[in-house]
Amino acid sequence: MEAVKTTAAHEIHPMENVLRMDRIPHIWCPGCGIGIAVTAFAAALEKANIDLNKVAIVSGIGCTGRVAGYVKLDSFHTTHGRAIAFATGIKVASPDMKVVVFSGDGDLIAIGGNHFIHAARRNIDMLVVCVNNFIYAMTGGQVAPTTPLAAYATTCPFGCVEPPFNIPYLADSSGAVYVARWTALHVRRLTNSFVEALNKKGLSVVEVISPCAQYYSRINRLGDGLDMMRFYHDNSEIRHGEDTKNLDIGFQQKIIMGKFVDRERPSYTDRYQDWLKQRKVGM
Amino acid sequence: MKFWRKPLDEGKHKIPKGEIHILQDRCKGCAFCVEYCPKEVLEMSEEFNKKGYHPPKASKPDECVDCHLCEMLCPEFAIYVTTLEEKEPVGVGKKEGEK
Amino acid sequence: MKPDPKGVLTGSHQLTGNQACAEGALSAGCRFLGVYPVEPAIEVSERFLERAKAVDDATFVQMEDEISVLAAVLGASWTGKKAMTVTSGDGLSLMMEHLGLGVMLETPCVIVDVQRVGPGLGLPNRAAQGDIMQARWGSHGDYEIVALAPSSSQEMFDHMIGAFNISERFRVPVMVMADAYLAQQKETVVIPKPEAIELYPRRYYEGKPGTYLPFKRDGDYIPRMVDIGQGYKFHVTGLTHDDRGYPVMNEECQEYNVHPLVWKIRKYVDELVDVEENGIEDAEYVVISYGTTTRAANKAVEQARSKGVKIGHLKLNIIWPFPEKRVSEIAKKIKAFIVPEINFGQIVSEVERVCYGKANVVFVVHGDKGMEDPNDILVAIESVQKETQIKDGVLEYQGA
Repeated sequence: MEAVKTTAAHEIHPMENVLRMDRIPHIWCPGCGIGIAVTAFAAALEKANIDLNKVAIVSGIGCTGRVAGYVKLDSFHTTHGRAIAFATGIKVASPDMKVVVFSGDGDLIAIGGNHFIHAARRNIDMLVVCVNNFIYAMTGGQVAPTTPLAAYATTCPFGCVEPPFNIPYLADSSGAVYVARWTALHVRRLTNSFVEALNKKGLSVVEVISPCAQYYSRINRLGDGLDMMRFYHDNSEIRHGEDTKNLDIGFQQKIIMGKFVDRERPSYTDRYQDWLKQRKVGM
Repeated sequence: MKFWRKPLDEGKHKIPKGEIHILQDRCKGCAFCVEYCPKEVLEMSEEFNKKGYHPPKASKPDECVDCHLCEMLCPEFAIYVTTLEEKEPVGVGKKEGEK
Repeated sequence: MKPDPKGVLTGSHQLTGNQACAEGALSAGCRFLGVYPVEPAIEVSERFLERAKAVDDATFVQMEDEISVLAAVLGASWTGKKAMTVTSGDGLSLMMEHLGLGVMLETPCVIVDVQRVGPGLGLPNRAAQGDIMQARWGSHGDYEIVALAPSSSQEMFDHMIGAFNISERFRVPVMVMADAYLAQQKETVVIPKPEAIELYPRRYYEGKPGTYLPFKRDGDYIPRMVDIGQGYKFHVTGLTHDDRGYPVMNEECQEYNVHPLVWKIRKYVDELVDVEENGIEDAEYVVISYGTTTRAANKAVEQARSKGVKIGHLKLNIIWPFPEKRVSEIAKKIKAFIVPEINFGQIVSEVERVCYGKANVVFVVHGDKGMEDPNDILVAIESVQKETQIKDGVLEYQGA
């Protein structure tokens, strides 16, 4: 029996109810893992049975920042690095909304680093998805705060001399309640992580290691997207609950993945509402 | 798949069957689906789609077990699987039709 | 529409400008305040939080820097709550990128700038009027903004309500340019009953989900808004976009997108004129003032009149868009404008521009030396009376 091969006009992909079909095909390159992260997110929304009317997704700038434009939810494409701040405003003003920030490593950890750690400290109830491709891809392949030491990028043609951030460590030490890392290959585990994080109260950070087939892997002679996926297959190790201090990623070194932090802390909005109630009582 | 002894409940499991749908013109030829299909059902075709990429084709569509991994791994939302009725249980290690 | 009575503290109160600002915001229905603490704007958040006991749907967040404050305010505005922030000159400089985002997303919000002496860190607790041009031109690209200038605690209260109304009507961030003295001096503020306050309601889209186009404009250039969480699943972006809110990367779309952002204010500039005129009809000289210098200007005009000078006073309540037409009309009939400002000359250049050489324009040289002295204005008035012809440029008189 032949597989059914038809054009898009007749076929409806199961994720289409969560995608802005008038904008598909998207702009991401062949071999890019961002589309996989979006698929996992769409599958997680369905699995977690979330009311899609009550989800707002905020993106920053960059390749991953374009996610907000392709997902059919109340979505905002805001300024570089400040998606978390924008999302904080939404969450504090409207605590019933489920807020998701979907952005890249450069956006969230470089220019947005301050907002990242403060959102974790305050424990704003939202999910932050950081798609880490180790580079600033949209602007042509510049070094990012997650680029491994000695890797090449257009602004470090001599090899990266800056030690990178370890995103789970940063999130954990700032106070995030749920921290996980998966690669784009481990899409089912990623989906389950999204489901857990969406159901969790407080700031959850899920890092998605993604191939950048056109910049990171080209500049560093790592092949294409498929070669990067094969690398993740052979060099990633699952260690749930591992101390986040040990999660550095070296250039073409082992990647440790898993769910590292899963704890309870009262969220900002919980504490603010309690305070309001107490102050009224003491009036 | 080789077992060192016959599972005691062989003959009780139905193997799911999936029908693969490939949205040709969305594909960008990354080959993730081909690489990671557990039953090696897909391979890259020689044809070109509208954008000049080689989309995959299902060379062994009857082997598809409805796992949906290609659907999850595709970054372009260009392939998905629908569930067909399940195959009748067959003894492990035996071919279809064998007793 | 009428305000929620919980937020209106009817009665006669002794309030500082900062406190009046918080009261005005609450009366106008503001239910989200985001701040970063900066002198001299701190008491606004203190008053707001004190009143949050009674106004229980008021929400507050102190963010980690001014950049994130305005981002949070924009996000909060899209949830349907009226949102504002308070800052000073150095914070306003940081907020410029998000001011541009607010303009592009057409998000109603109010930014109160309690100006202090600059540039740089300057003097935290002294007033100046040095951010006037920055309020208009601070962010990159083309846009129009509305800015109000209160001159007393009562006006702080009234102008906050006006600012929220304008921001809801035109879907544009509105600035309220106060200053450190105004913020800290205590004056009587009369807060009316809720029935006496008129609020402009946010214009919502009333169609079904799935049919909403975020930037499809009515005939008045202003699109309708929705709140998040109502099922509209809209997308808005700071990139150049079309009616659907999706980014479109070409020049035609740029024109289509930005032309209304500018013209929605320019078309209605006559409605956005708010000036108070005093004795202009037969005047030969007119003092133009805004903000705290109005007090000194009042005194100077009074004294000059008592000496027989035919002098009028034009007080600007809304400084941006600048009331070009009115100033130009007055310029035809008078000999000179006198403009006192606590800076090195900002609005005076606008006055000079729209005079088109029909009258002299005098800048009362002051710099940042603190409160304007009515004597300095009087000296300027006396000096310009000696001018016999219209001179080019802005006149300044030495040896005051």
